[in-house]
Amino acid sequence: MDGPALLLSLRLAAWTLVVLLPLAIVVSRWLAWSRFRGKAWVEGALALPLVLPPTVLGYYLLVSFGAGSPLGDGYRALTGHPLAFSFEGLVLASVIFNIPFAVQPAQRAFESIPADVRHAAACCGLGRLETFVRIELPLAWPGIVSAIVLTFAHTLGEFGVVLMVGGSIPGETRTVAISIYDRVQAMDSAGAGMMSLVLLVITLAAMGVVHATARKPHV
Amino acid sequence: MRTLLAALLAALLAAFFAATPARGAEPPVVAAASDLRFAVEEVAAGFERERGSRVRVTLGSSGNFRHQIAAGAPFEIFMSADEEYVAALHKEGRTLDGGVLYAIGRIVLFAPHGSAVTPDADMASLAAAVREGRVDRIAIANPEHAPYGRAAREALQRRGLWEALKGRLVLGENVSQAAQFASSGGAQAGLFAYSLALSPAVAQRGRYVLLPDTLHAPLRQRMALLAGAGPIAREFYAYLQQPAARAIFRRHGFALPGE
Repeated sequence: MDGPALLLSLRLAAWTLVVLLPLAIVVSRWLAWSRFRGKAWVEGALALPLVLPPTVLGYYLLVSFGAGSPLGDGYRALTGHPLAFSFEGLVLASVIFNIPFAVQPAQRAFESIPADVRHAAACCGLGRLETFVRIELPLAWPGIVSAIVLTFAHTLGEFGVVLMVGGSIPGETRTVAISIYDRVQAMDSAGAGMMSLVLLVITLAAMGVVHATARKPHV
Repeated sequence: MRTLLAALLAALLAAFFAATPARGAEPPVVAAASDLRFAVEEVAAGFERERGSRVRVTLGSSGNFRHQIAAGAPFEIFMSADEEYVAALHKEGRTLDGGVLYAIGRIVLFAPHGSAVTPDADMASLAAAVREGRVDRIAIANPEHAPYGRAAREALQRRGLWEALKGRLVLGENVSQAAQFASSGGAQAGLFAYSLALSPAVAQRGRYVLLPDTLHAPLRQRMALLAGAGPIAREFYAYLQQPAARAIFRRHGFALPGE
């Protein structure tokens, strides 16, 4: 059982949520209620990480993070550390490959809020922020919970992208999924089996939460 | 549901605030070729015991590491299974110097228990099994970027088996994956590093024979300190060349330079 790897995965999932969730709420709310030319393309682009092979995503991220790329060199100039093969690079990659897992459930939830409700809130004299906090967020809550849980579980499970941009550094980029792969290669089936079981249980619990909240939306 | 959620969020926040260790305080990372899996872990353990410092080891194929280092991976020592990769990185200014030859690798022909192949140095049994169609899968490391995969390919070519086997190869991403494929019984035979065949996890799952080193170009394994290596990495690098570390390499089936 690779404890540091599990802790690292949890830390990665937490950071991913901290960065991604606010962005996803803003973007999904905007997508839910606005119509514009090319909206289908924007939605399609945001859904890409769902269907794109992780190696394709990993390749592009590696190219854009690495030495010689504006992003990689800029980050190094700013912080003195490379972005590729670092925890920060992993967080950025994780935010990108989780976009559809966070945006789509939240968008469905915002779409399901009737326009009348929002208009009524405005008529009652609620400001935009107040409407958002007191009306929209509670109504969209089940979708946002789904977004949180799916992003969390998907981050723990992601393998291909993490392997390509991470480089399997213990304590920094060797997540639990990578560690399982490593244990199998070390012919340590006890270790691999134990960690696989932990991931299975966590993921099952996550899916349970998603389905439980989806069934009884609370107002 | 709300309490469950609150608990989940609390756990998240705890993970979020889990102290991120300051950079520079973390042990240096050693990128080591997969054939070193068991040997380098033993050397690192000895280093920690004797010197009280830790290194972190990441294992993979030398070719992948060569590209990761060129892309700026924060490794401090590169232990390659092929000296060409070290030379290329040296030319690009990524290493501190030309490095040191630390071991010479050998390959084995391995067959898991119950396989139609009996390992022999001539690979006669393998040739016969291939002819008679009793072998579907042979594991080697990917010759594109794994030095042990190249050595395996050369050995099969020398024995005139390459063409017949080409369609039956399963390629490991690195040599230890090739060993895992063969020892798990997924493939009926495998050609991989002697150092891995000697590990109990592999040895107990089949039989193997050390192949003559005339069958392939010598696997001259070179290591180097990488640009930006810190004091602990330098100490470990020196430790790797001490008699204690050399004895470990010898025990894991490596020939040592200068012996």
